[in-house]
Amino acid sequence: MDMKVRHRHPPLPKQVILDERDQALITLIQTGLPLSKTPYADLGKSLDMGEDEVISRLKCLISDKVIKRFGVVVRHHELGYHANAMVVWDIPDGLISELGSCLGQFDFVTLCYRRPRRLPDWPYNLFTMIHGQDRDDVLDNVQLLLESCGLTETGHKVLFSTRRFKQRGAIYRKIGMTD
Amino acid sequence: MSQTSADMNDLKKNVPGELDKHLLNDFQYGFPLESRPFQKIAERLGTTEDIVIDRLNELQNQGAVSRVGAVFRANSIGASTLAAMSIPEARLEDIAAMVSGYSEVNHNYQREHHFNLWFVVTASDEQALNAVLDDIEHRSGLPVMYLPMQEDFHIDLGFDLKWT
Repeated sequence: MDMKVRHRHPPLPKQVILDERDQALITLIQTGLPLSKTPYADLGKSLDMGEDEVISRLKCLISDKVIKRFGVVVRHHELGYHANAMVVWDIPDGLISELGSCLGQFDFVTLCYRRPRRLPDWPYNLFTMIHGQDRDDVLDNVQLLLESCGLTETGHKVLFSTRRFKQRGAIYRKIGMTD
Repeated sequence: MSQTSADMNDLKKNVPGELDKHLLNDFQYGFPLESRPFQKIAERLGTTEDIVIDRLNELQNQGAVSRVGAVFRANSIGASTLAAMSIPEARLEDIAAMVSGYSEVNHNYQREHHFNLWFVVTASDEQALNAVLDDIEHRSGLPVMYLPMQEDFHIDLGFDLKWT
């Protein structure tokens, strides 16, 4: 199995250059805004930044798409969406942008990424995460995708999760390696 | 609009009150970037700043809201990847626990497939990311399939919650 190709294929997305003050702000907002009347001013206090600077830096991070979405982040599971499946698709390379955009517009699709194939073990190059209230709801949503995006003849697999060993928000700031 | 105790009881049965529904659904993106954001939200929902803050605190305590803030685009800061392993059933539990033990691993699921363990590794840079993947391979004696994101087609406008 040739899966050790990682050193030859660095990820493609461009890195936005962030200065130290952006990095400090990002580190601080990873756990969310304080729920106070003036959350931006309060965040700024521990960063030695004024409210205006906090707001203008956040606006830049949003327009640079470092921040994909800014707002209320809900937990699906706690709101009754108990099932999720990773649905993977084997899409012809020439059609991936068109079909990826079609799949990515549905609100029950919470991720839609192109990733590399790893032949012969893994032929799938488009990954979607589909949420639903239960297993049947997820499968109904998959069926809707098949019909809406013209994918009934496209190879795909539905991988339900059977156990959640760990789930938490990503922590991007520098942290020591564990062993 | 004010919250009654009936609304609060409803939330425990997964049917939030009207104000909570709006707070959960209407501000998943486009959250006000101005001095008094909760005041702005209160004006839009016809209530007070104090009530908005109080309800968001409660929704956060209940776990319905993870946070009010940013969702970062994958790989825009630091480095991350999805990874998968095909693990014999008898070793799955032990290896899953070993993988979860890394602070760089933030999601780790068993899935119904011959590749039965799927996890996301996030680190400060490529080098730190590769070190974790190499370490997992070394300790498990099994290959790790590395599947970094190459393109993001998802327009994140949040998730339209339905209460039926």
